Amino acid sequence: MTTPCLTIKNMTMAYGDFIIQHDLDFTINRGDIFIIMGGSGCGKSTLLMHLIGLQRPAKGDVFYGEESLWQAEHQTRQRILQRTGVLFQTGALLSSMTLAENVALPISEHTRLDSLRISEIVSYKLALVGLAGFEDYYPSEISGGMQKRAGLARAMALDPEILFVDEPSAGLDPVSAKLLDDLICSLRDNLRATIVMVTHELASIFAIGTNSVFLDPETKTMIATGSPKQLLAKSRDPKVIRFLTRGETEIHDETKT
Amino acid sequence: MTDSVPCEINVSRKEHTLKAAIAGDWVLGAEPPPLEAVLAKLGDGSDIKRLVFSTETLGRWDSLLMTELIRLVDYGAKQGIQVDTTTLPEGIQGLLSLVYAVPERAGARRQEMRTPWLEIIGKGGLRIVKDIQALMVFIGETALSGFALMRGKARFRSVDLWMNIQDCGPSALPIVTLISLLVGLILAFVGAVQLALFGAQIYIADLVGLGMTREMGGLMAAIIMSGRTGAAYAAQLGTMQVNSEIDALKTMGFEPMEFLVLPRILALIFIMPLLCLYADLMGIVGGALVTVSFFDVSLVEYLNRTANAVHIADFFIGIVKGGVFGVLIALSGCMRGMQCGRSASAVGDAATSAVVTGIVFIVIADSLMTVMCNRLGI
Ligand SMILES: Nc1ncnc2c1ncn2[C@@H]1O[C@H](COP(=O)(O)OP(=O)(O)OP(=O)(O)O)[C@@H](O)[C@H]1O
Ligand SMILES: [Mg+2]
Repeated sequence: MTTPCLTIKNMTMAYGDFIIQHDLDFTINRGDIFIIMGGSGCGKSTLLMHLIGLQRPAKGDVFYGEESLWQAEHQTRQRILQRTGVLFQTGALLSSMTLAENVALPISEHTRLDSLRISEIVSYKLALVGLAGFEDYYPSEISGGMQKRAGLARAMALDPEILFVDEPSAGLDPVSAKLLDDLICSLRDNLRATIVMVTHELASIFAIGTNSVFLDPETKTMIATGSPKQLLAKSRDPKVIRFLTRGETEIHDETKT
Repeated sequence: MTDSVPCEINVSRKEHTLKAAIAGDWVLGAEPPPLEAVLAKLGDGSDIKRLVFSTETLGRWDSLLMTELIRLVDYGAKQGIQVDTTTLPEGIQGLLSLVYAVPERAGARRQEMRTPWLEIIGKGGLRIVKDIQALMVFIGETALSGFALMRGKARFRSVDLWMNIQDCGPSALPIVTLISLLVGLILAFVGAVQLALFGAQIYIADLVGLGMTREMGGLMAAIIMSGRTGAAYAAQLGTMQVNSEIDALKTMGFEPMEFLVLPRILALIFIMPLLCLYADLMGIVGGALVTVSFFDVSLVEYLNRTANAVHIADFFIGIVKGGVFGVLIALSGCMRGMQCGRSASAVGDAATSAVVTGIVFIVIADSLMTVMCNRLGI
């Protein structure tokens, strides 16, 4: 039962003339926990910007189901994107609002709930990410890792179908990182959401990733795609193996046929 | 600490091998021997195939030695010479292998190019054109969100509107009081010196009243607010840009133009006329202070004279001007903020250019409106 949820077709991303990645072609299926991986600065966050409608591709397109994101009118694009939630690499909480107001923002925008119900939902979402009791704190008053988690709470506020997260566990201690992985897994299971995640954490990659794409900064394109475990077992590309083993193992020759 | 031993590099060659003996303390602050002599020996026309090092007498070392070594190794590699680093101390070898572990990204390093003056002028011209285009687009977008507001469709938090009104209204009163009082005083003094020659001190009231209501009140309030609020708007929006907060708003389905820009513009449109009125009154008070205490005119006389000279229309002109200035200040502040780049210095630049743009707009608009009033005879 693999229905494509997000299809990236022949996409090139660039800042002006400076090409970041070219010829990206892959599919994210419904229910996947899809990992975008690659070395620092290879364009993972940039790829995310293209998927969530913030940056127009230099070439190619992104399809949500059958619908093209970048051919569409502004209104249609807004409607498509309403089904998504995004956690930015920096958290991107609105610094002039408390955590509760931040999480409540998308809820009050897109639903007609009364304020009591909204504040209940907000407390529930904050509790999910381990921030119960921090409703009235401002983003500047909590740590970087906590801002990350609050950002996640805001991204999940509307129970999105597709959740994009940029390095959720960077800046978290190992236990919280594990909890966050579990949370993301259970989100997928309970809400039948699709997760698109940028991460460097090998533990998370192998623990929860069901599919992935590997971006290479030198050739500026994707050099592998597939489930991370399979990639580790089957891939013959030294760069992929080096990444997935933290450079500790050399390429195993027995996989060569 | 012992005195440092001067650093030196001595080369000796044996057949096709050049041996570089590195000695002394290579620490930052020391004067390194020029490397050019060594490089020249490796350069074109030499038959050296291999470069080895010896470091028996090397003392302390830090980044100084590393940078010089990297230069040597890079140069050697370019000339096709085999550089043997295995005789270097382990620490240096480790650092060198780190340096060369990640190959330099092709295209990532920015090239510096000398630009001919014609190109500089051309680029400057293009930048101005782009700036004007951006301004037009921004005005268009603002107008669109204004229409959305009128149809009751614009979405922003009313809290934000009230906060902005609080920020640019009551909080600005002290500085507006100070400046407009001073301007009133100055107008009165300057005028009085001339008018006293004819014994016409009473006309100071006309001068101050008309000057403040028609021109100076609005202008002073506008210039204060452009430094105070226009810059603040640019800095706030710029910082939000840096923190990806504006991106986050977009992904949540908000229009930043409605959510962020509209409440700011509305706040200034609402507040500026009131501030103008307040500045006018303060100026008149300032004028009264001077006239009553130095020029032998009673307060009642002064106020009577003012009431005769200044009509409602004069106040009205000032207030209209204030509203226009409010729009201009908010526009330039918000525009520079939304255009802000993604670094701390970009936020500073945005605030600076918001003030500059704002004041330029204000001056242009003021001249136009004054000429218009003059022609229309109001
Ligand atoms: N605004 C910009 N203008 C020009 N180039 C940019 C801009 N933002 C990013 N880049 C370039 O794009 C490349 C990819 O950046 P990106 O932020 O997508 O990397 P990343 O893969 O997310 O890295 P990390 O893992 O460190 O977060 C970088 O090499 C950077 O130089
Ligand atoms: Mg990134």
